[in-house]
Amino acid sequence: MTDPHPSSDMMTSTPTGSGGVAYVPAPAGGGSLDRELAYDAGVEIKARSQWAYARMRFLRHRLAVVSLIVLLLLALVAVFANQVAPYGYDEQNYDIINLGPTFDGKHVFGTDQLGRDYLSRVIYGLRTSLWVAFFVAGLTTFIGTVVGAIAGYYGGVVDNLLMRFTDLVLVLPALAVLLAAATFFNKEGSPLKAAILLGILLWVGLARILRGIFLSLREKEFVEAAKAAGASDLRIIGRHILPNCVGAIVVYMTLVVAGAILIEAALSFLGFGIKPPHPAIGSLISDGQQQGLATWWLVTFPGLVIALVALAINFIGDGLRDALDPTQRRVRA
Amino acid sequence: MLQYVIRRFLYSIVVLVAASFLVFFFVTASGDPLAGLRITPNVSKETVKNIEERKHLNENVFVRYGYWVRDATTNQFGSTLLTNEPILPDLWRVMKNTLQLVIVAELLAIFIAVGIGVYSALRQYSAFDYSATTFSFLGLAMPVFWIALMLQVLVVQIQGWTGTKLFPIASLNDVDPGSGISFVIDRAHHLALPVLVLMIASIATYSRYMRASMLEVVNSDYVRTARAKGLAESRVTMKHAFRNALIPLVTLVALNFGALLGGAVVTETVFSLDGMGLYYISALLTNDPYPIMAWLMVVAVMIIVFNLVADIAYGLLDPRVRYD
Repeated sequence: MTDPHPSSDMMTSTPTGSGGVAYVPAPAGGGSLDRELAYDAGVEIKARSQWAYARMRFLRHRLAVVSLIVLLLLALVAVFANQVAPYGYDEQNYDIINLGPTFDGKHVFGTDQLGRDYLSRVIYGLRTSLWVAFFVAGLTTFIGTVVGAIAGYYGGVVDNLLMRFTDLVLVLPALAVLLAAATFFNKEGSPLKAAILLGILLWVGLARILRGIFLSLREKEFVEAAKAAGASDLRIIGRHILPNCVGAIVVYMTLVVAGAILIEAALSFLGFGIKPPHPAIGSLISDGQQQGLATWWLVTFPGLVIALVALAINFIGDGLRDALDPTQRRVRA
Repeated sequence: MLQYVIRRFLYSIVVLVAASFLVFFFVTASGDPLAGLRITPNVSKETVKNIEERKHLNENVFVRYGYWVRDATTNQFGSTLLTNEPILPDLWRVMKNTLQLVIVAELLAIFIAVGIGVYSALRQYSAFDYSATTFSFLGLAMPVFWIALMLQVLVVQIQGWTGTKLFPIASLNDVDPGSGISFVIDRAHHLALPVLVLMIASIATYSRYMRASMLEVVNSDYVRTARAKGLAESRVTMKHAFRNALIPLVTLVALNFGALLGGAVVTETVFSLDGMGLYYISALLTNDPYPIMAWLMVVAVMIIVFNLVADIAYGLLDPRVRYD
């Protein structure tokens, strides 16, 4: 290591190499000088909000931006599956069973032993996967935020319960618990129930993170000031502390979405998640496996799509962390 | 320190007891385990009643919990619901196989990940660093079962092209593995791909962590001091930085154990290995509460022990940790 100033190195290097004119934080007092100079030059300087800076930081993370575009495209395809998918989910054609992927034909992902077009099946499966993941994210955010805020702000019984419950959750492997829960409570394999079960397990991490932030922020002067001004607890939590948690919540959400997609795929693959007739990528891969591995396309493509989605979400999470939580910025490549 | 260890140990026991409550009531809440049998034709009411009495299913929940704890602690975790076979011998067998798989994979993964992480940190922003980061992003995005399947597909395709099968893609051993050294070689040959699958996810996690930890240490004051007083660079990195950068990894590896078992469940299913994962899945499929509960408790004990050891080890390795 030759660089004696690691912190400056972290600050000026952009994640994706040199980004041209990068945002350099102005030194204290520099703003007014800039303004005067700009005024002299007849240039107007527009005030930038915190969100504008966050957006700039995010847009500089090129991989994250590309990932966001990819994810949005995939989401659009999933939402408009009925219009986009070349064939129906269950449309069979016995003339073209076990057809390998062909680019000149219409079956880019090949067909299975019933002549069903796998591209269409994957698109419908993707719709379920994304729906589940975002449902889980919403549920997790809601429960995790409420519990974390109460535990961190008030402490006491809720806090104790939360901490003990987390200790308990940590001693049981999540996948095993979900497998059992699916066996007991989701025999029919409905996507909604699968999503609820995932949400029930995944909110704990967020609650614990928020608890930590609340614990430290509730002692800060601005909270004291709000109290002195007569703000209610609800107002302090919602208006003064929670906005400071948005970064942490959003970043954690990306982890939850990626995690939910991967876990749901594993559950469905094992036959404990979403079951037919509901389309799911995990069960598509399982179908492909049961046909033997000679029809490799039935296994390869659905998995590639899942991996692509998870990869995109992880990159977006990385970009969001840089954008929303610059203090938490990890040293990264 | 001793006081801390004792307190930590006692708390572990409390957690374990709480976990046993949770596991028991969670599994019991799933309803009547004999529901399927009751509506099966050709099964007499007598048979059902016998099982009910043998397993004390007609008692209330708390009494049943008592019986279960008694069986778990003194009587080989009780027996299976229908076939009335003792659970522990089977569980031991599969545990041995799974631990073989998991420990080999973990040791290799830690070894490789530490190497990657340290080298990435020392050559920050180099081509190697970028490739390592890319690899770990990929490793974390690919579903474990899919990695396993893709390796199998690869083996099958290569067999198709060349006619040779590089690795077996199912089971722990050949039908006739022989004994002694040939048994070990046969087992290693069978475990190669499953171990590789488990390694990929672990390396992806650990190497990122190791890199961050190493960077933090390398940029700390005492390393600068060591350098300033003229120590050789190799000595600074290996003695001063590397050793301390390893410490946080202890906690991560211990905490990752649960996730690792999750990965083992999936991997064993894909490779049909007679391990804990397959055992658990088949218990779930037959809807037999007793092996399910036994499995969860055994795993809980393992995870608790791991965390305890990690906590204590952390205290020993890092004297800055204060116990009060």
